Amino acid sequence: MAHTTEEVLAGLAELINDETGISADQVSLEKSFTDDLDIDSISMMTIVVNAEEKFDVKIPDDEVKNLTTVGEAVEFITKAQA
Amino acid sequence: MSPLAQSHGAQFTRILSLGAARGDTVVSNDDIAEPIDSSDEWIRQRTGIIERRRSSDAEQAIDLAVRASNEAIDKAGIQPDRIGAVIVATISNAVQTPSLAALLADRVGATPAAAYDISAACAGYTYGIAQADALIRSGTANYVLVVGAEKLSDFVKPTDRSISFLLGDGAGAAIIGPSDTIGIGPTLWGSDGSKWDAVGMDRPLKEAFDDPDGGFPTLRQDGQTVFRWAVWEMAKVAKEALEKSGVSPEELTAFVPHQANMRIIDEFAKQLGLPESVLIARDIETTGNTSAASIPLAMHRLLEEHPDASGGLALQIGFGAGLVYGAQVVTLP
Repeated sequence: MAHTTEEVLAGLAELINDETGISADQVSLEKSFTDDLDIDSISMMTIVVNAEEKFDVKIPDDEVKNLTTVGEAVEFITKAQA
Repeated sequence: MSPLAQSHGAQFTRILSLGAARGDTVVSNDDIAEPIDSSDEWIRQRTGIIERRRSSDAEQAIDLAVRASNEAIDKAGIQPDRIGAVIVATISNAVQTPSLAALLADRVGATPAAAYDISAACAGYTYGIAQADALIRSGTANYVLVVGAEKLSDFVKPTDRSISFLLGDGAGAAIIGPSDTIGIGPTLWGSDGSKWDAVGMDRPLKEAFDDPDGGFPTLRQDGQTVFRWAVWEMAKVAKEALEKSGVSPEELTAFVPHQANMRIIDEFAKQLGLPESVLIARDIETTGNTSAASIPLAMHRLLEEHPDASGGLALQIGFGAGLVYGAQVVTLP
Protein backbone atom coordinates (compact mmCIF):
# COMPACT_ATOMS: atom_id res chain seq x y z
CA MET A 1 0.00 0.00 0.00
CA ALA A 2 1.62 3.25 -1.09
CA HIS A 3 2.24 5.83 1.64
CA THR A 4 1.68 9.56 1.20
CA THR A 5 4.56 12.00 1.51
CA GLU A 6 3.42 12.88 5.03
CA GLU A 7 3.31 9.22 6.04
CA VAL A 8 6.79 8.62 4.60
CA LEU A 9 8.16 11.61 6.52
CA ALA A 10 6.57 10.38 9.75
CA GLY A 11 7.83 6.84 9.17
CA LEU A 12 11.32 8.06 8.34
CA ALA A 13 11.37 10.26 11.47
CA GLU A 14 10.49 7.18 13.53
CA LEU A 15 13.38 5.21 11.99
CA ILE A 16 15.77 8.12 12.61
CA ASN A 17 14.61 8.28 16.21
CA ASP A 18 15.13 4.51 16.67
CA GLU A 19 18.66 4.68 15.32
CA THR A 20 19.89 7.99 16.73
CA GLY A 21 17.48 9.16 19.45
CA ILE A 22 16.80 12.39 17.52
CA SER A 23 13.18 13.41 18.22
CA ALA A 24 10.67 13.34 15.38
CA ASP A 25 9.90 17.05 15.55
CA GLN A 26 13.52 17.78 14.58
CA VAL A 27 13.15 15.82 11.34
CA SER A 28 11.85 18.31 8.77
CA LEU A 29 12.20 18.21 4.99
CA GLU A 30 14.90 20.87 4.58
CA LYS A 31 17.26 19.34 7.15
CA SER A 32 20.53 17.86 5.96
CA PHE A 33 21.31 14.44 7.47
CA THR A 34 24.98 15.17 8.11
CA ASP A 35 25.13 18.94 8.67
CA ASP A 36 21.87 19.59 10.52
CA LEU A 37 21.01 16.25 12.14
CA ASP A 38 24.62 15.08 12.65
CA ILE A 39 23.83 11.57 11.39
CA ASP A 40 27.00 9.79 10.26
CA SER A 41 27.22 7.66 7.14
CA ILE A 42 27.05 4.39 9.08
CA SER A 43 23.84 5.32 10.90
CA MET A 44 22.55 6.57 7.53
CA MET A 45 22.97 3.07 6.04
CA THR A 46 21.10 1.46 8.95
CA ILE A 47 18.25 3.95 8.46
CA VAL A 48 18.27 3.25 4.70
CA VAL A 49 18.08 -0.54 5.18
CA ASN A 50 15.26 -0.16 7.71
CA ALA A 51 13.44 2.24 5.35
CA GLU A 52 13.68 -0.32 2.52
CA GLU A 53 11.91 -2.82 4.75
CA LYS A 54 9.36 -0.38 6.19
CA PHE A 55 8.29 1.09 2.84
CA ASP A 56 8.99 -1.99 0.69
CA VAL A 57 11.31 -0.12 -1.69
CA LYS A 58 14.89 -0.54 -2.91
CA ILE A 59 17.43 2.19 -2.22
CA PRO A 60 20.67 1.23 -4.04
CA ASP A 61 24.06 2.14 -2.51
CA ASP A 62 24.91 4.69 -5.20
CA GLU A 63 21.52 6.40 -4.70
CA VAL A 64 22.19 6.89 -0.97
CA LYS A 65 24.89 9.45 -1.74
CA ASN A 66 22.27 11.64 -3.48
CA LEU A 67 19.95 11.68 -0.48
CA THR A 68 21.57 14.51 1.46
CA THR A 69 18.40 16.03 2.95
CA VAL A 70 15.31 14.54 4.61
CA GLY A 71 13.22 15.96 1.78
CA GLU A 72 15.30 14.19 -0.90
CA ALA A 73 14.92 10.89 0.97
CA VAL A 74 11.17 11.33 1.39
CA GLU A 75 10.77 12.20 -2.31
CA PHE A 76 12.83 9.19 -3.41
CA ILE A 77 10.92 6.75 -1.19
CA THR A 78 7.52 8.15 -2.16
CA LYS A 79 8.33 7.83 -5.88
CA ALA A 80 9.94 4.39 -5.49
CA GLN A 81 6.69 2.99 -4.13
CA ALA A 82 4.89 3.60 -7.43
CA MET B 1 45.72 -51.41 -15.40
CA SER B 2 46.08 -50.66 -11.70
CA PRO B 3 44.00 -47.80 -10.31
CA LEU B 4 45.50 -44.66 -8.73
CA ALA B 5 45.86 -44.90 -4.96
CA GLN B 6 43.61 -42.50 -3.04
CA SER B 7 44.71 -40.76 0.15
CA HIS B 8 42.46 -40.56 3.20
CA GLY B 9 43.04 -38.60 6.34
CA ALA B 10 41.52 -38.21 9.78
CA GLN B 11 37.75 -38.09 9.95
CA PHE B 12 37.73 -34.90 12.02
CA THR B 13 39.95 -31.85 12.55
CA ARG B 14 40.26 -29.09 15.12
CA ILE B 15 42.20 -25.95 15.96
CA LEU B 16 44.84 -27.24 18.39
CA SER B 17 46.32 -23.88 19.35
CA LEU B 18 46.60 -20.17 18.57
CA GLY B 19 49.45 -17.68 18.57
CA ALA B 20 49.35 -13.88 18.41
CA ALA B 21 51.68 -11.01 17.55
CA ARG B 22 50.63 -7.36 17.49
CA GLY B 23 52.63 -4.43 16.09
CA ASP B 24 55.30 -3.12 18.46
CA THR B 25 53.94 0.46 18.57
CA VAL B 26 50.74 1.75 20.17
CA VAL B 27 49.19 4.40 17.91
CA SER B 28 46.48 6.53 19.54
CA ASN B 29 43.65 8.30 17.73
CA ASP B 30 45.33 11.63 18.50
CA ASP B 31 48.48 10.42 16.72
CA ILE B 32 46.62 10.05 13.41
CA ALA B 33 43.66 12.45 13.65
CA GLU B 34 45.28 15.58 12.22
CA PRO B 35 45.92 14.49 8.59
CA ILE B 36 42.29 13.34 8.33
CA ASP B 37 40.98 16.51 9.97
CA SER B 38 39.37 14.48 12.73
CA SER B 39 39.50 13.85 16.47
CA ASP B 40 39.82 11.10 19.06
CA GLU B 41 36.11 11.48 19.83
CA TRP B 42 35.03 11.16 16.20
CA ILE B 43 37.17 8.06 15.63
CA ARG B 44 35.88 6.37 18.80
CA GLN B 45 32.28 7.14 17.94
CA ARG B 46 32.61 6.11 14.32
CA THR B 47 34.69 2.92 14.80
CA GLY B 48 34.94 1.99 18.48
CA ILE B 49 38.73 2.18 18.24
CA ILE B 50 40.59 3.71 21.20
CA GLU B 51 44.07 2.86 19.88
CA ARG B 52 45.62 0.53 17.36
CA ARG B 53 48.92 -1.41 17.13
CA ARG B 54 51.29 -0.78 14.27
CA SER B 55 54.77 -2.01 13.47
CA SER B 56 57.82 0.19 13.39
CA ASP B 57 60.39 -0.18 10.60
CA ALA B 58 62.08 -2.81 12.75
CA GLU B 59 59.22 -5.23 12.16
CA GLN B 60 57.83 -6.69 8.91
CA ALA B 61 54.77 -8.87 8.30
CA ILE B 62 57.03 -11.93 8.23
CA ASP B 63 58.37 -11.14 11.71
CA LEU B 64 54.84 -10.88 13.09
CA ALA B 65 54.00 -14.18 11.37
CA VAL B 66 57.04 -15.94 12.84
CA ARG B 67 56.28 -14.77 16.38
CA ALA B 68 52.63 -15.82 16.21
CA SER B 69 53.48 -19.15 14.55
CA ASN B 70 56.12 -20.09 17.12
CA GLU B 71 53.62 -19.56 19.91
CA ALA B 72 50.99 -21.71 18.15
CA ILE B 73 53.49 -24.48 17.36
CA ASP B 74 54.76 -24.48 20.93
CA LYS B 75 51.25 -24.61 22.41
CA ALA B 76 50.20 -27.40 20.00
CA GLY B 77 53.04 -29.51 21.40
CA ILE B 78 54.17 -30.71 17.96
CA GLN B 79 57.55 -30.58 16.26
CA PRO B 80 57.41 -28.03 13.40
CA ASP B 81 58.70 -30.58 10.89
CA ARG B 82 55.34 -32.41 11.25
CA ILE B 83 53.59 -29.47 9.60
CA GLY B 84 52.51 -30.56 6.10
CA ALA B 85 51.33 -27.19 4.80
CA VAL B 86 51.94 -23.55 5.69
CA ILE B 87 49.20 -21.18 4.52
CA VAL B 88 49.53 -17.42 5.00
CA ALA B 89 46.51 -15.24 4.37
CA THR B 90 47.86 -11.77 3.65
CA ILE B 91 47.74 -8.66 1.48
CA SER B 92 50.99 -7.42 2.99
CA ASN B 93 53.55 -9.28 0.89
CA ALA B 94 55.53 -6.39 -0.60
CA VAL B 95 56.76 -8.58 -3.48
CA GLN B 96 54.68 -10.34 -6.15
CA THR B 97 56.68 -13.50 -5.49
CA PRO B 98 57.91 -15.53 -3.58
CA SER B 99 55.17 -16.11 -0.98
CA LEU B 100 55.43 -15.10 2.68
CA ALA B 101 54.45 -18.70 3.48
CA ALA B 102 57.63 -20.17 1.95
CA LEU B 103 59.78 -17.84 4.06
CA LEU B 104 57.69 -18.52 7.15
CA ALA B 105 58.00 -22.30 6.69
CA ASP B 106 61.77 -21.91 6.60
CA ARG B 107 61.88 -19.63 9.63
CA VAL B 108 59.76 -21.86 11.89
CA GLY B 109 61.41 -25.13 10.89
CA ALA B 110 58.50 -26.48 8.85
CA THR B 111 60.49 -27.03 5.62
CA PRO B 112 59.70 -28.98 3.36
CA ALA B 113 56.00 -28.24 4.03
CA ALA B 114 53.88 -27.05 1.10
CA ALA B 115 53.70 -23.29 1.34
CA TYR B 116 51.44 -20.71 -0.27
CA ASP B 117 49.77 -17.36 0.38
CA ILE B 118 46.05 -16.76 0.14
CA SER B 119 44.79 -13.44 -1.22
CA ALA B 120 41.30 -13.22 0.25
CA ALA B 121 41.61 -10.01 2.24
CA CYS B 122 39.74 -10.10 5.55
CA ALA B 123 38.21 -13.50 4.75
CA GLY B 124 41.69 -14.97 4.22
CA TYR B 125 42.04 -16.68 7.60
CA THR B 126 38.64 -18.40 7.27
CA TYR B 127 39.64 -19.53 3.77
CA GLY B 128 42.84 -20.92 5.29
CA ILE B 129 40.89 -22.79 7.98
CA ALA B 130 38.58 -24.24 5.29
CA GLN B 131 41.62 -25.44 3.35
CA ALA B 132 43.42 -26.85 6.40
CA ASP B 133 40.30 -28.82 7.34
CA ALA B 134 40.00 -30.22 3.81
CA LEU B 135 43.73 -30.99 3.45
CA ILE B 136 43.82 -32.99 6.69
CA ARG B 137 40.60 -34.90 6.07
CA SER B 138 41.80 -35.85 2.58
CA GLY B 139 45.14 -37.05 3.89
CA THR B 140 47.10 -34.36 2.04
CA ALA B 141 48.61 -33.01 5.25
CA ASN B 142 48.58 -34.10 8.88
CA TYR B 143 49.12 -30.72 10.55
CA VAL B 144 48.59 -27.35 8.92
CA LEU B 145 49.82 -23.93 10.04
CA VAL B 146 47.32 -21.21 9.06
CA VAL B 147 48.40 -17.62 9.60
CA GLY B 148 46.80 -14.25 8.96
CA ALA B 149 49.70 -11.77 8.82
CA GLU B 150 49.47 -8.10 7.92
CA LYS B 151 51.58 -4.95 8.01
CA LEU B 152 48.78 -2.76 6.65
CA SER B 153 50.56 0.41 7.75
CA ASP B 154 52.83 -0.05 4.70
CA PHE B 155 49.74 0.50 2.53
CA VAL B 156 48.02 3.30 4.39
CA LYS B 157 47.66 6.92 3.21
CA PRO B 158 47.50 9.07 6.37
CA THR B 159 45.11 11.56 4.68
CA ASP B 160 42.61 8.91 3.56
CA ARG B 161 39.33 9.37 5.43
CA SER B 162 37.72 6.14 4.22
CA ILE B 163 39.78 3.44 5.96
CA SER B 164 43.30 4.48 7.03
CA PHE B 165 42.45 5.26 10.66
CA LEU B 166 40.93 1.78 11.17
CA LEU B 167 43.98 -0.21 10.23
CA GLY B 168 46.56 -1.97 12.37
CA ASP B 169 49.42 -4.48 12.06
CA GLY B 170 49.54 -7.97 13.47
CA ALA B 171 49.56 -11.72 12.90
CA GLY B 172 47.44 -14.54 14.27
CA ALA B 173 48.41 -18.19 13.80
CA ALA B 174 46.60 -21.48 14.24
CA ILE B 175 47.80 -25.08 14.17
CA ILE B 176 45.10 -27.34 12.77
CA GLY B 177 45.40 -31.07 13.29
CA PRO B 178 43.49 -34.35 13.37
CA SER B 179 40.86 -34.84 16.07
CA ASP B 180 38.69 -37.59 17.57
CA THR B 181 35.68 -35.29 17.51
CA ILE B 182 34.41 -32.59 15.12
CA GLY B 183 36.30 -29.39 15.81
CA ILE B 184 35.65 -27.51 12.58
CA GLY B 185 32.12 -27.31 11.17
CA PRO B 186 31.14 -26.92 7.51
CA THR B 187 32.57 -23.85 5.80
CA LEU B 188 30.19 -21.35 4.23
CA TRP B 189 32.21 -19.28 1.80
CA GLY B 190 31.82 -17.30 -1.37
CA SER B 191 32.27 -14.07 -3.29
CA ASP B 192 30.48 -11.15 -4.89
CA GLY B 193 32.75 -9.74 -7.55
CA SER B 194 30.09 -7.25 -8.64
CA LYS B 195 31.39 -5.23 -5.66
CA TRP B 196 35.06 -5.56 -6.68
CA ASP B 197 35.42 -1.76 -6.42
CA ALA B 198 33.98 -1.48 -2.90
CA VAL B 199 37.30 -1.92 -1.12
CA GLY B 200 40.87 -2.25 -2.31
CA MET B 201 43.81 -0.18 -3.51
CA ASP B 202 43.58 3.38 -4.80
CA ARG B 203 45.45 2.40 -7.98
CA PRO B 204 47.24 -0.50 -9.69
CA LEU B 205 51.01 -1.07 -9.22
CA LYS B 206 51.88 -0.01 -12.78
CA GLU B 207 50.11 3.33 -12.43
CA ALA B 208 51.97 4.03 -9.20
CA PHE B 209 55.26 2.95 -10.78
CA ASP B 210 54.75 5.24 -13.78
CA ASP B 211 53.85 8.19 -11.56
CA PRO B 212 56.93 10.44 -11.22
CA ASP B 213 55.48 11.95 -8.04
CA GLY B 214 55.69 8.52 -6.39
CA GLY B 215 52.76 7.24 -4.38
CA PHE B 216 52.77 3.55 -3.54
CA PRO B 217 49.24 2.10 -3.90
CA THR B 218 47.26 2.54 -0.67
CA LEU B 219 44.05 1.11 0.78
CA ARG B 220 40.63 2.77 0.41
CA GLN B 221 37.01 1.73 0.65
CA ASP B 222 33.47 2.80 -0.11
CA GLY B 223 32.45 2.60 3.55
CA GLN B 224 28.67 2.70 3.12
CA THR B 225 28.59 -0.14 0.56
CA VAL B 226 30.91 -2.23 2.71
CA PHE B 227 28.89 -1.53 5.88
CA ARG B 228 25.60 -2.56 4.34
CA TRP B 229 27.06 -5.75 2.83
CA ALA B 230 29.05 -6.64 5.95
CA VAL B 231 26.02 -6.40 8.22
CA TRP B 232 22.96 -7.50 6.31
CA GLU B 233 24.42 -9.87 3.73
CA MET B 234 26.94 -11.39 6.13
CA ALA B 235 24.22 -11.91 8.78
CA LYS B 236 22.55 -14.25 6.27
CA VAL B 237 25.85 -16.13 5.77
CA ALA B 238 26.37 -16.39 9.53
CA LYS B 239 22.86 -17.81 10.04
CA GLU B 240 23.47 -20.35 7.29
CA ALA B 241 26.81 -21.38 8.84
CA LEU B 242 25.02 -21.99 12.14
CA GLU B 243 22.26 -23.99 10.43
CA LYS B 244 24.71 -26.15 8.49
CA SER B 245 26.64 -26.91 11.69
CA GLY B 246 23.43 -27.75 13.51
CA VAL B 247 24.23 -25.09 16.13
CA SER B 248 21.76 -22.51 17.45
CA PRO B 249 22.87 -19.04 18.62
CA GLU B 250 22.10 -20.10 22.22
CA GLU B 251 24.65 -22.93 21.97
CA LEU B 252 27.49 -20.60 21.05
CA THR B 253 30.13 -19.68 23.61
CA ALA B 254 31.57 -16.95 21.41
CA PHE B 255 31.07 -14.87 18.27
CA VAL B 256 34.35 -13.88 16.57
CA PRO B 257 33.68 -11.72 13.52
CA HIS B 258 36.36 -10.02 11.48
CA GLN B 259 37.23 -6.90 13.45
CA ALA B 260 36.28 -4.47 10.71
CA ASN B 261 34.61 -1.74 12.76
CA MET B 262 32.87 -1.86 16.16
CA ARG B 263 29.70 -0.47 14.56
CA ILE B 264 29.62 -3.44 12.17
CA ILE B 265 30.19 -5.89 15.05
CA ASP B 266 27.39 -4.31 17.12
CA GLU B 267 24.85 -4.21 14.30
CA PHE B 268 25.84 -7.72 13.16
CA ALA B 269 25.34 -9.17 16.66
CA LYS B 270 21.94 -7.44 16.79
CA GLN B 271 20.92 -8.95 13.42
CA LEU B 272 21.94 -12.42 14.64
CA GLY B 273 19.91 -12.05 17.82
CA LEU B 274 22.77 -13.38 19.95
CA PRO B 275 21.81 -13.98 23.59
CA GLU B 276 23.65 -12.05 26.32
CA SER B 277 25.55 -15.22 27.25
CA VAL B 278 27.54 -15.23 23.99
CA LEU B 279 30.97 -13.61 24.30
CA ILE B 280 31.58 -11.16 21.46
CA ALA B 281 35.16 -10.52 20.35
CA ARG B 282 35.94 -6.79 20.33
CA ASP B 283 39.72 -6.79 19.94
CA ILE B 284 39.48 -3.95 17.39
CA GLU B 285 39.16 -1.57 20.33
CA THR B 286 42.90 -1.62 21.03
CA THR B 287 44.33 -3.52 18.05
CA GLY B 288 42.56 -1.92 15.08
CA ASN B 289 41.42 -3.70 11.92
CA THR B 290 44.23 -6.10 10.94
CA SER B 291 42.49 -7.70 7.95
CA ALA B 292 43.38 -11.43 7.73
CA ALA B 293 44.98 -11.38 11.19
CA SER B 294 41.92 -10.01 12.94
CA ILE B 295 39.99 -13.22 13.64
CA PRO B 296 42.85 -15.30 15.12
CA LEU B 297 44.06 -12.27 17.13
CA ALA B 298 40.53 -11.65 18.46
CA MET B 299 40.02 -15.33 19.32
CA HIS B 300 43.42 -15.50 21.04
CA ARG B 301 42.55 -12.46 23.17
CA LEU B 302 39.07 -13.79 23.97
CA LEU B 303 40.61 -17.01 25.31
CA GLU B 304 43.21 -15.10 27.35
CA GLU B 305 40.41 -13.10 28.96
CA HIS B 306 38.01 -16.07 29.29
CA PRO B 307 40.09 -19.26 29.60
CA ASP B 308 37.00 -21.24 30.60
CA ALA B 309 35.61 -20.62 27.09
CA SER B 310 38.06 -23.24 25.82
CA GLY B 311 36.22 -26.23 24.36
CA GLY B 312 33.10 -24.16 23.66
CA LEU B 313 31.73 -23.36 20.20
CA ALA B 314 32.59 -20.17 18.34
CA LEU B 315 31.18 -18.76 15.12
CA GLN B 316 33.95 -17.06 13.16
CA ILE B 317 33.20 -15.04 10.02
CA GLY B 318 35.56 -13.10 7.77
CA PHE B 319 34.49 -10.73 5.01
CA GLY B 320 36.34 -8.22 2.89
CA ALA B 321 37.79 -7.04 -0.39
CA GLY B 322 36.63 -9.05 -3.36
CA LEU B 323 34.10 -8.96 -1.98
CA VAL B 324 34.69 -12.36 -0.38
CA TYR B 325 33.57 -14.09 2.80
CA GLY B 326 34.05 -17.26 4.80
CA ALA B 327 32.46 -18.62 7.98
CA GLN B 328 32.75 -21.70 10.20
CA VAL B 329 31.64 -22.82 13.61
CA VAL B 330 34.72 -24.15 15.42
CA THR B 331 35.59 -25.57 18.80
CA LEU B 332 37.68 -23.07 20.74
CA PRO B 333 41.16 -24.46 21.42
